[in-house]
Amino acid sequence: MALEPKEIYEKLQAAFPDISVEFDEAVPCIIVEPMKWKTVALFLRDADDLKFDSLMCLSGVDNGDGNLVSVCHLDSLAHRHKLTVKCVVPADDPKVESVEQVWRTADWHEREAYDLIGIEYVGHRDLRRILMPYDWTGHPLCKDYEVPEFYNGIKVPY
Amino acid sequence: MGLLDKKFENSNIIITSLEGVMNWARLCSLWQMSFGLACCAIEMMAASASHFDIMRFGVIPRPSPRQCDVMIVAGTVTLKMASRIRRLYEQMAEPRYVLSMGSCSNCGGPYWNYGYHVLKGVDRVIPVDVYIPGCPPRPEALLEGLMKLQEKVRSESLVEEKAA
Repeated sequence: MALEPKEIYEKLQAAFPDISVEFDEAVPCIIVEPMKWKTVALFLRDADDLKFDSLMCLSGVDNGDGNLVSVCHLDSLAHRHKLTVKCVVPADDPKVESVEQVWRTADWHEREAYDLIGIEYVGHRDLRRILMPYDWTGHPLCKDYEVPEFYNGIKVPY
Repeated sequence: MGLLDKKFENSNIIITSLEGVMNWARLCSLWQMSFGLACCAIEMMAASASHFDIMRFGVIPRPSPRQCDVMIVAGTVTLKMASRIRRLYEQMAEPRYVLSMGSCSNCGGPYWNYGYHVLKGVDRVIPVDVYIPGCPPRPEALLEGLMKLQEKVRSESLVEEKAA
């Protein structure tokens, strides 16, 4: 039975009274406290009426106002409803709990968000760069990124 | 066999120079180590296929750098790949040539301005002999670049020092 995001939000509020869960009407999406995300994720995956068994996409976003956001798009194949979940963290301490052990596809998605945006996923078993070379410094897709002059003796800019 | 037939009418002796023979042998058997990295690789495959047939120039794709004469860098070269290209170029035996195919390996291509991960031209890591412009160059353009390389090989000298 497909549920609306508002109804899912009310279920989460009832199940987790002590975790801060907000609902953004405009998108619509759910905003969860970053360091308690894994508990909520396990509930979303295992609860009978929610059953979000597929993580469609996990991406990192640089808001430009000093915050980084980790956005997850969840899908339920059993009930055919979808949900968007966001975790907002400040750029100088970007720690989000990893959901790699909840949905295994988050393994590479979180590595990409770490590599390109800089969000650190606490509890990820193998968090290293996936697209840039392993000894690259900086996170390229941040809004305040500056291209380095040299990389290992090779001139980078045109 | 064109002109060669006429020479064989009366006797079967050709007089030429050692340089001429060696250069001729090298230019019509340029075995390639194709570095098909991105979209230019498709055009290189099209050049190897039957319609454009790069093999009639003597160009055979070889998997190992030790067995090749020419390295055709076809596609975008990222900084991650640049050190590998340098290593493979150093493993090729002389005389070795490099053909830079397409805009990305010539000068960084469409990624020249905002590509933080792209090497702006493969000539920043290895010396290039012939540049083939295009995005991607047609197979005929690749064949023309190959013919220009053949001209370069034809005019090489055995005695003079080559630039390293």
